[in-house]
Amino acid sequence: MSKYRKLLAASALGLCVAVPAHADKLGLGRPALPEEIAAWNHDIAPDGTGLPEGSGDVFTGEEVFAERCAICHGDFAEGVDNWPKLAGGEGTLADKDPLKTVGSYWPHLSTVWDYVNRSMPFGDAQSLEPDDVYAIVAYILYSNDIVDDEFTLSHENFLEVEMPNAGGFIVDDRETAEAHFWTDEPCMTDCKEGVEITMRAAVLDVTPDEAGADSAEPASVSEEASVEVEETAEDTAALDPEMIENGEKVFKKCKSCHQVGEGAKHRTGPALNGVVGANAAAVEGFKYSKAMKAAAEDGLIWTDEEMAAFLAKPKAYMKGTRMSFAGLKKQDDIDAVIVYLKSFGS
Amino acid sequence: MSENPRAKAPSRRQFLSGAAAVGVGAVGASAARAAGPDPLITQVQEWAQATGEGVDATPYGLPIQFESDVVRRNVEWLTADTISSINFTPIHALDGTITPQGCAFERHHSGAIELSKADYRLMINGLVETPLIFTYEDLERFPRENRIYFCECAANTGMEWAGAQLNGAQFTHGMIHNMEYSGVPLRTLLEEAGVKPEGKWVYVEGADASSNGRSIPLEKAMDDVLVAFKANGEALRKEHGYPVRLVVPGWEGNMWVKWLRRVEVTEMAIESREETSKYTDTLEDGTSRKWTWVMDAKSVVTSPSPQAPITHGPGPLVITGLAWSGRGSITGVDVSVDGGKNWVPARLAAPGTDKALTRFYLDHNWDGSEMLLQARAKDSTGYVQPSKAQLRDVRGENSIYHNNCIQTWWIKENGEAENVEVS
Repeated sequence: MSKYRKLLAASALGLCVAVPAHADKLGLGRPALPEEIAAWNHDIAPDGTGLPEGSGDVFTGEEVFAERCAICHGDFAEGVDNWPKLAGGEGTLADKDPLKTVGSYWPHLSTVWDYVNRSMPFGDAQSLEPDDVYAIVAYILYSNDIVDDEFTLSHENFLEVEMPNAGGFIVDDRETAEAHFWTDEPCMTDCKEGVEITMRAAVLDVTPDEAGADSAEPASVSEEASVEVEETAEDTAALDPEMIENGEKVFKKCKSCHQVGEGAKHRTGPALNGVVGANAAAVEGFKYSKAMKAAAEDGLIWTDEEMAAFLAKPKAYMKGTRMSFAGLKKQDDIDAVIVYLKSFGS
Repeated sequence: MSENPRAKAPSRRQFLSGAAAVGVGAVGASAARAAGPDPLITQVQEWAQATGEGVDATPYGLPIQFESDVVRRNVEWLTADTISSINFTPIHALDGTITPQGCAFERHHSGAIELSKADYRLMINGLVETPLIFTYEDLERFPRENRIYFCECAANTGMEWAGAQLNGAQFTHGMIHNMEYSGVPLRTLLEEAGVKPEGKWVYVEGADASSNGRSIPLEKAMDDVLVAFKANGEALRKEHGYPVRLVVPGWEGNMWVKWLRRVEVTEMAIESREETSKYTDTLEDGTSRKWTWVMDAKSVVTSPSPQAPITHGPGPLVITGLAWSGRGSITGVDVSVDGGKNWVPARLAAPGTDKALTRFYLDHNWDGSEMLLQARAKDSTGYVQPSKAQLRDVRGENSIYHNNCIQTWWIKENGEAENVEVS
């Protein structure tokens, strides 16, 4: 750490320039109330500090995981598309392409509990009860063959779980392992014999196109765009602008999976342009659930009423839908978001 | 027009090189005679006759239309969704050292949220005498500092570990920005709450749904960390953590928690997801380094580069780039045009300052032949930026983070540039 100390001294010297003088407390702010601290202080330390009481078993975990997590992480925590794989990869860390999962990489179980509890599910964070979190974590452990299917995880046995890669980390050792980079006076002339190009980025060709390239045919693109705008303007004339605005706010809850508007693409969920009033499962290029496809075959049309019922409680409305969303509780929010979706025409 | 070196070159460059071709007539010789009078001079132009826009045409100004290609860019295949993703600063098209907020790279874990000053609260809790709550207004009443620092994502250049991959300085080195921050030292706020002797770390956390949180040793927290609310003189942008973000000078960008809502003094590191599963660096034998906070000294030539080819032919050429170090200040930058065989010292636009970007120039007379262009930074601790081979010798190819190797651009005879690796 010698270099770090040298640096501290240097910056301490530099500070003489313009540091405001203040030795005493200024008496600003106010004491935090215990209930406020309890509401925000949720982080879990590796020794389990912060874990609430509770428990959950693998079996329950599998059910909760299927409902809340599987749309991105897969039924077996194997990951969908580019979303993180949570299981597998054991013994791959020294490979050319290591697979880093909870089982193969994460050193502490506390991190899994903490992250699921505070940051997941994506787009609906902090909505899980402690017992659900214990159950999900138990299921992730099971998916990684760390526990068997009879296992129940609780605050009491939490520290007994051994993470396979717990010993796989060292504290930053660059200042010793890379001490030879502190050469002070590097070579300036005739530093190597020959220089050959050994690899080229253009061969790989994974760089996004230049922005300018997209507008290669600007005339036709803008014509199409203006036609679209006119149509949309006509359709939206009757919609209440305040409702559209409120709906846009509500739509934030949907944004982690759905896009709507100009250039909207399929994400975890389908693009939603023109969805209200359309046949169910009608957007090309999206893989709908069996349940959604069956409903479409039975003639489901997303009328205002059907859409409202779906958004209130997706899983109850359609058993087997992949939409991993608890539902909108307020009727006002449902109405507003439907108007917002309508504003993107058909 | 005699030459347009890249079919895909954006309109601004076409405009510039086109104008140059009309004006000079011949590529190359700087003092070449004009073939005929330049109509841009001999004819009265529309802008010299009619009037332009009045004041207030744009209450908050944006760059002129000709600069519309100087924007942040995303690499779609990198991440599953733009809500949890990163984009890149167009460093190939900028000069000086300060990054305008509007094109400074973004990195979100759960999207950029809208949090008003009125709704903002900052909690200091844990091992303190008095846990405190501050409003935004409270923060503005503490003595303030102004500091310029770079913020670099630990994954900057991370796609290049296994080989030359992305063709542009924006994509290889654009996860960086450099701003002047106004804010309150974290030390001041911690002293206001009174740190207990058993406190050794702080855990800092954001207000967005990702709850991004990182553990910082108390020593650093009491040193130069800022709780910032202004950047480059104006409020932080939403995408950079409005209204309040943490500034952790010289250390990886993930620790610069945006929408900062809580600072907890703890006895041990929390080892959250962002400091175990991510932002740890796996070595060749499968062991991983953790707590690799400081950003090593690094530099890159920003022009010429793949997105900023040479369009003017042989003769005077400004080679320029950026250098920085998380351990202190840049003391020198060397440039090589032959792939690292021979080096010449570049000119620093201004002496390097602590943990901030330094601009360098090499005023070069290009003979029109191929170049293998490299830059090599040196910092105030005596550290010299390593080659890719030197880094791989120690770290292998699976580190993802902290790739500070020397970058090579292959400049071809027609002025085009490509990201390459050399022996």
